[in-house]
Amino acid sequence: MARERSEDTGMDKASKAKRQRKKKPKEHKTRTVHANILYDRAKGEENPNRHYANNKIKTTKYTVLSFLPKNLFEQFHRFANVYFVFIALLNFVPVVNAFQPELALAPVVFILSVTAIKDLWEDYRRHRSDKEINHMDCLVYSREEKRYVERYWKEVRVGDFVKLRCNEILPADVLLLSSSDPDRLCHIETATLDGETNLKQRQVIRSFFDLDCDFDPLKYSSIIECEKPNNDLNRFRGYIIHRSGRRDALYKENLLLRGCTVRNTEEAVGIVIYAGHETKAMLNNNGPRYKRSKLERQMNVDVFWCVIILLVMCLFAAVGHGLWMFQYGDKRPVFDVLSPEGTDLSPIMSAIYLFLTMIIVFQVLIPISLFVSIEIVKICQVYFMHQDMDLYDEETDSQLQCRALNITEDLGQMQYIFSDKTGTLTENKMVFRRCTVAGVEYSHDANARRIAMYQEIDSEEEECLSHGGTLPRRDSVGSHHSGRVVLRSHSTKSHRRTGSRAEAKRASILSKHTAFSSPMEKDITPDPQLLDKVNECSSQMDFMRFHRQPMSQLPSDLSDIIDFFIALTICNTVVVSSPNQPRHKVRTRFELKSPVKTIEDFIKRFTPSRLTSGSNSSSSSSLNRSSNKGCSSLLPSPSAESTLTKLNEEQLSGTLEHTFTIDPPSYDGKTSGNPEEGELRYEAESPDEAALVYAARAYKCSLVGRLPDQVTVELPHLGKLNFELLHTLGFDSTRKRMSVVVRHPLTDQITVYTKGADSVIMDLIKPSETGNSKGKRQKKIFCRTQNYLNQYAADGLRTLCIAKKVLSKEEYARWLQRHLEAETAIQGREELLFESALRLETNLHLLGATGIEDRLQDGVPETIASLRKAGLQIWVLTGDKQETAVNIAYACKLLDPDEEMLTLNADSQEACAVLLEESLHYIQAKFLCSSGDQSTKTFNSNLEPFEIYPSLSTSSSHAAHFLVHRLGLVIDGRTLAYALDKSLEDKFLAVARSCRSVLCCRSTPLQKSMLVKLVRNKLKVMTLAIGDGANDVSMIQVADVGVGISGQEGMQAVMASDFALPRFRYLQKLLLVHGHWCYSRLANMILYFFYKNAMFVAIVFWYQFYCGFSGSAMIDQWYLIFFNLMFSAFPQLITGTLDKDVSEETLQQLPQLYVNGQNSEEYKPYMFWMNMIDAFYQSLVCFFIPYFAYADSDVDLFTWGTPITAIALFTILVHLGIETKTWTWMNWLSIAFSVALFFTAALCYNASCPTCYSPSNPYWTMQRLLQDPLFYLLCTITPVTALLPRYFYRACQGTLFPSPVQAGRQLDKLPSDTRRNILSLSRVKMGSPLSPEPHFLSLNKPKDCQKSASKEKQGSVLQTNKEKGQKSPLVSSRCEKHPTDLHPQAPSEPNIPSYSRNSPQLSCRSSKDCLDETLQPSDQSLSSRITSTPLVSRADSIHLNLPADRASQSVKYTRSSEGELCSDQRVQPAQRTLQAAEPGLHTAL
Amino acid sequence: MLASSYKDEDGHISVSGSGAAAAAGGGSLRNKKPENTAFKQQRLPAWQPILTAGTVLPAFFIIGLIFIPIGIGLYVTSNNIKEIEIDYTGVDMSSPCFNCSQNFSWNSTKSCTCSIPFQLDQPYESNVFMYYGLSNFYQNHRRYVKSRDDSQLNGNEESLRSPSKECEPYARHDNKPIAPCGAIANSMFNDTLELFYNDPNGTKVQVPLTATEIAWWTDKHVKFRNPGGEGSDLAAAFQGTTKPVNWRRPVYELDSDPNNNGFINEDFIVWMRTAALPTFRKLYRIIQRRNNLLPTLPRGNYTLEVVYNYPVRSFEGRKRMILSTISWMGGKNPFLGIAYITVGSICFLLGIVLLIIHHKYGNRNNGADVSH
Repeated sequence: MARERSEDTGMDKASKAKRQRKKKPKEHKTRTVHANILYDRAKGEENPNRHYANNKIKTTKYTVLSFLPKNLFEQFHRFANVYFVFIALLNFVPVVNAFQPELALAPVVFILSVTAIKDLWEDYRRHRSDKEINHMDCLVYSREEKRYVERYWKEVRVGDFVKLRCNEILPADVLLLSSSDPDRLCHIETATLDGETNLKQRQVIRSFFDLDCDFDPLKYSSIIECEKPNNDLNRFRGYIIHRSGRRDALYKENLLLRGCTVRNTEEAVGIVIYAGHETKAMLNNNGPRYKRSKLERQMNVDVFWCVIILLVMCLFAAVGHGLWMFQYGDKRPVFDVLSPEGTDLSPIMSAIYLFLTMIIVFQVLIPISLFVSIEIVKICQVYFMHQDMDLYDEETDSQLQCRALNITEDLGQMQYIFSDKTGTLTENKMVFRRCTVAGVEYSHDANARRIAMYQEIDSEEEECLSHGGTLPRRDSVGSHHSGRVVLRSHSTKSHRRTGSRAEAKRASILSKHTAFSSPMEKDITPDPQLLDKVNECSSQMDFMRFHRQPMSQLPSDLSDIIDFFIALTICNTVVVSSPNQPRHKVRTRFELKSPVKTIEDFIKRFTPSRLTSGSNSSSSSSLNRSSNKGCSSLLPSPSAESTLTKLNEEQLSGTLEHTFTIDPPSYDGKTSGNPEEGELRYEAESPDEAALVYAARAYKCSLVGRLPDQVTVELPHLGKLNFELLHTLGFDSTRKRMSVVVRHPLTDQITVYTKGADSVIMDLIKPSETGNSKGKRQKKIFCRTQNYLNQYAADGLRTLCIAKKVLSKEEYARWLQRHLEAETAIQGREELLFESALRLETNLHLLGATGIEDRLQDGVPETIASLRKAGLQIWVLTGDKQETAVNIAYACKLLDPDEEMLTLNADSQEACAVLLEESLHYIQAKFLCSSGDQSTKTFNSNLEPFEIYPSLSTSSSHAAHFLVHRLGLVIDGRTLAYALDKSLEDKFLAVARSCRSVLCCRSTPLQKSMLVKLVRNKLKVMTLAIGDGANDVSMIQVADVGVGISGQEGMQAVMASDFALPRFRYLQKLLLVHGHWCYSRLANMILYFFYKNAMFVAIVFWYQFYCGFSGSAMIDQWYLIFFNLMFSAFPQLITGTLDKDVSEETLQQLPQLYVNGQNSEEYKPYMFWMNMIDAFYQSLVCFFIPYFAYADSDVDLFTWGTPITAIALFTILVHLGIETKTWTWMNWLSIAFSVALFFTAALCYNASCPTCYSPSNPYWTMQRLLQDPLFYLLCTITPVTALLPRYFYRACQGTLFPSPVQAGRQLDKLPSDTRRNILSLSRVKMGSPLSPEPHFLSLNKPKDCQKSASKEKQGSVLQTNKEKGQKSPLVSSRCEKHPTDLHPQAPSEPNIPSYSRNSPQLSCRSSKDCLDETLQPSDQSLSSRITSTPLVSRADSIHLNLPADRASQSVKYTRSSEGELCSDQRVQPAQRTLQAAEPGLHTAL
Repeated sequence: MLASSYKDEDGHISVSGSGAAAAAGGGSLRNKKPENTAFKQQRLPAWQPILTAGTVLPAFFIIGLIFIPIGIGLYVTSNNIKEIEIDYTGVDMSSPCFNCSQNFSWNSTKSCTCSIPFQLDQPYESNVFMYYGLSNFYQNHRRYVKSRDDSQLNGNEESLRSPSKECEPYARHDNKPIAPCGAIANSMFNDTLELFYNDPNGTKVQVPLTATEIAWWTDKHVKFRNPGGEGSDLAAAFQGTTKPVNWRRPVYELDSDPNNNGFINEDFIVWMRTAALPTFRKLYRIIQRRNNLLPTLPRGNYTLEVVYNYPVRSFEGRKRMILSTISWMGGKNPFLGIAYITVGSICFLLGIVLLIIHHKYGNRNNGADVSH
């Protein structure tokens, strides 16, 4: 190992030298860092580091002085602003000006200042957060005081020595010089940088490696030369030059990056290399991606169209003016005024000037206030979201946080949801629920009750949260009332609150691993029966040990029990840490797969002399260590601990009686009394491991220590036992199990404990010899266990089987021989080790099984169900292993037992390609060819009243045959990596998008984000990513909308997100209600804006025909400019903020209404044009009615223009009224206010100054108008005429072809009980009463299609769950008919030949046989297979095997069948069991 | 962020299940729980109209029923107004004013008069308004509209001496400021119209025309003022200014009546109120009704005597003299009445269409929600 590394470095050095030679001319482009202490007295002038940036960061954009110019400059990046300023400035040119120049500036200045104030406020917030960061503390070595003193971050300079303590955040990029870690390592968590939560190791520089005393900065005199600051996180090169002249290379392994957190290392010292803005983290910090919502993008297109309309109108007017001038020829009429200089203008020049003038006059067409209005509305919408009580979580006292203000409406247009699983869907709290040992089930009723109590609290909290009563109440609440009272008196509640809160706190401060230890998970109430047995068993063993009897005399059921618990305790990678020193590393290197390294080692360790001594593993351990690394002298003696253990052991055995008398303690009291004191904490890679260890501890089998080569377990009566850990065969997702090989201290046998997915373990159980009574018993145990496993799975528990195997020394030696060969193999080591593990894990002896619950968060299944009904495609991307993920997917209704499931597991690119191809064929064959057309997509459309598939919305732009089927897709990370390859991504997407739900297991953060990016870019859909942990950060950032779950796993996800929710279930309301509202409000508002401006401007345009296209406006310039900004601004803001097209209740109960937003129903491109046409029509009416009414009269320009303004205002307001769906007093008030404002302003304006306001000079105009009956007559007829078509159209639409939203509105109107009836009906019954018209119901599908679909369903091979339920007798008879159906008690028989992982040789052979040269032969065991299994029944499972002859390319659907594993299977709720058992089976495939 | 979000958490805050206890306990702790107000929870009481045939149907009928009578009323009113228009542009060779119309120049010294006979078939009972009407005259041209100085017209001495830039190029002439400046004033209508009644007995009686109260009261008394204040000598006040180039007389000689002279001359004020549309009329004189027994203008023959000064032929303009009575809704204009009747009828028809639609399709939609 060591040699290897040195070789590595040697090679690195060589290559580096080469590179250096290349870069020789650029030598000066490096940074030289000296230690600052050397220069402390030099006052900095001579300090060579003085030119480097200090650690103070400043992310603010502005200073007090630079604010105005800089902000203006930035605002002018927005094209609209430039445009408006340009127009305002155009007004200063006398030839073309249309308005008073100062007046024309007003709106622009207003808009700019509003934005500026907003920016100022944001910058101030940034300033405050900078200040906070700059004032964080860290320890810096001070020469004067000769110790480390606390300094602010901003005072840290390059060349400073900083001391880092555990869990501290790094203030700058630091070169690691020393670490308290014996291995000279420092662990850091880089979650803030790359979103990966796993700990990364950093090494002390080699030259400081061998220091045996603490690092003394005063003695440091080296010089570091390294790269200039750059943003590459994964690169760091340089060297350190010691005084002796020796040079040592530096790598990225030596560099600790700013923003990372030190973990598991008590203390580390380093020298600052890059500080402040030069740190890699800051250089990488590009700030958040500016997100622009879909609606806004669409809007910008239409703004562009507005510009074109504007230009066309101006051009038209210019040409018109030119012609008008031309017709007079040389005879200049008196009304055509010469230019101020008295010169004559040619028609062409006039036309050109006029063009510019018209742009000024018509500028209102580009809605200047639109952008500001949208921002105001969005802020209001965000405010209301914040205020929503339903999005408030009492437990964490947090509500929705909206971190991106400009994409609220995107929430209403989502099409794909990418969700993390752990912590997002589940609570990430693994709870041990029940177990079965040796065929006896221990139901742990007390434990279940305890958990139920927690749950009840939850539901109770829910109740007080959900005032509206929208959530279905549990009817058990009332009956358990007394229980609750008791519970509260026990203060479990507050206890839990403290627990979870403290935990949340810890979780946010420490890494995520500690989060798996809420009292709910830790305090397992042992099953009394089992506890008795454990006690009995261990006391017997103790007795036997005392009497030196062989342990094999123990009754087998008892020995099974004790073995079961030992397996639970040691068969894991759990690390024990003491609470007093949190995260102090007790483990050394868990990555060690096998401490037994050499044959010599083996021989040494297994010589008889050593076998007799129980626990002096210390020597071997130290030996082992020394073999692992070069400098053992540095290490604290590892034997100390074991000596201590031995001592303890003796003590304990002396006080046996004491241990005996311990009653099962009341855990509630204990933990709440002195929380965590003296209690060991378990940190596991996966929470279920921890859960099992905690479970074992409840039975007094506690894990007290783990070293690389030994595990210390405390057992009742027996005290602490040291298990010598010979090998750990780590978990991998193909084997789906892990094993440890230990030497049992009591029996001295070499024992293999295996823990793994039931599907694999059960196949590996040693077939019992028949006839023998023991064999019979074994068989019975096996069957029972299988039975219980099914039951557990049916209850949605994660099941694990525990097995053991005793090896004789000869067997072990044989195995070890090959295993060591495998370990030392250079090529194909992974495969060889894998095979080695397979060799070991055979003929196991079944001990028992456990059921662990990863509790779903409240309301997750309901949320998913309703989101799915809303037409959202939900993809779950999880890092979890496949079977867990599948289990949870079923529990949260992501996967439906009704639907088929495609599982893609491939080992190579080619295999993956083949798989995808086959899946595609399969899908097409199954869903398209068979049914002829698209009707199959609506498999049970009767359940969903107006289901509209989102794919239809996109089908216009994509191939229409991609339809969503009732299919689930499960893919693992490895296959995903292949599938995400450029060559396959299209195929993968084609498969994935036809599936209703997609589940990606074992996916990395990078894959998650790649997947989101792929879907977003390729399918052009709106994506939402939701997650809670740092591993979701990248995905959250990539998605159109990122949602973070706050308060579970720290803040990274929240920080990266656009919205942060306390719980997953709030997503439902956020999307279905707020998203829908925001979208429909904004969409309507934007359309209205376009309409309004176009209509107003068009009035002026029509007038051009009557003023010689001279750019004259009959509307006073003040009205013209402030019409948008003031008179008509408020009602639309109110409507844009408060309008509710459908009530909250209906939106939640009829998620289908969400489709409205997904398909952009409220704002389609044609709607813009319809609105434009309507606007032109209305403006014609508003112009020509006054025109004819005043034709040939003595009316003057502005006395005629004022009524037109008023008419336009009324028309616009009534138009808004027609479009407003909900009238509250605010709407009335705003409209009244608008009207009042206009008249008041007009009256004041017209009375204020007799000589001002040239040219209109509207003195007393309004006052006279108000006395004129004609004014009122006009104000009545014109809006009516203008809005008649729209009103009529709306009425007809409402009756003849109402949209689903309108139907929802009608539902709102009904009394609540009828409503409820209808809703419940609409869920069950085919065809909604809501949608009586056939065309409404079948928005996308005609009714007969449904029928054919259902026929198809019946005819198909698939048996839907429903039918099963109805015709269960038929099913059973069917099962019996199948000859292969029953494999009674022959589970280990490999019934599926294509399953290759467990029998690689076999499949290799077969794959070699069957594959042609396109596939790589040899060791690539082509384990790829598609299994498409209707999850209803095993009997009907369809295996889509790779065709033997690839040339034929035909897809073979073999109807292989897998029998029930046990003949005596209870058919209790048989269907359910089967469904739930299915995933288990499935993973076996 | 990190610190603040967990600052106030504590184990001993027990939020129990019952709302009352929570309220009592929660009073002291600072929590982020949103307030349960109708506004913040967006539960304001609201009226939610649904536009369907059934619901909007009454509106259509009501609009129809209201508009049609109004329209009829307006139409009748408009029809009762008597109006006569006499085009005296003199485009035709046969027209008496043909000769005068040949003069295209503004500043011809010799005045041209022509007289046009016409006949009134009906007696005009109440006050009769005499208008002059111009067609194809773009008083609403953008540059034309701007070409005035309101503060000069308001009697501001300073503006009188140095007119605003807006008046360019009609601000100065011969280095003297023009009063009143600007294109509008420069192009003021300067025909003189006189009306004679040809008595059946052969005598020609001049119809008395009132030249006052033809402008807006506010214009005459507030907006327009002569420089130098009330009662002073106008000629002295306008000393140092020059008349607009097209004018024959300076502004202080517009009328002999000092209350109708200078800037407050009502003909001038009327002209300065720029017309909205290229075809317009402006009030010229009012023929007051003298006694209640005789009509203001009895039936018979009249002669219109025109002093033809204003050239319009260059831009294809037309000049008209209009005699009209007025009603409460202004001059004769049947449009609004017709519009009301039409819109009312359309509404009524649409109402019927909606009724049919509602009858045919509407029932399914509303009532059937429950029954199905």
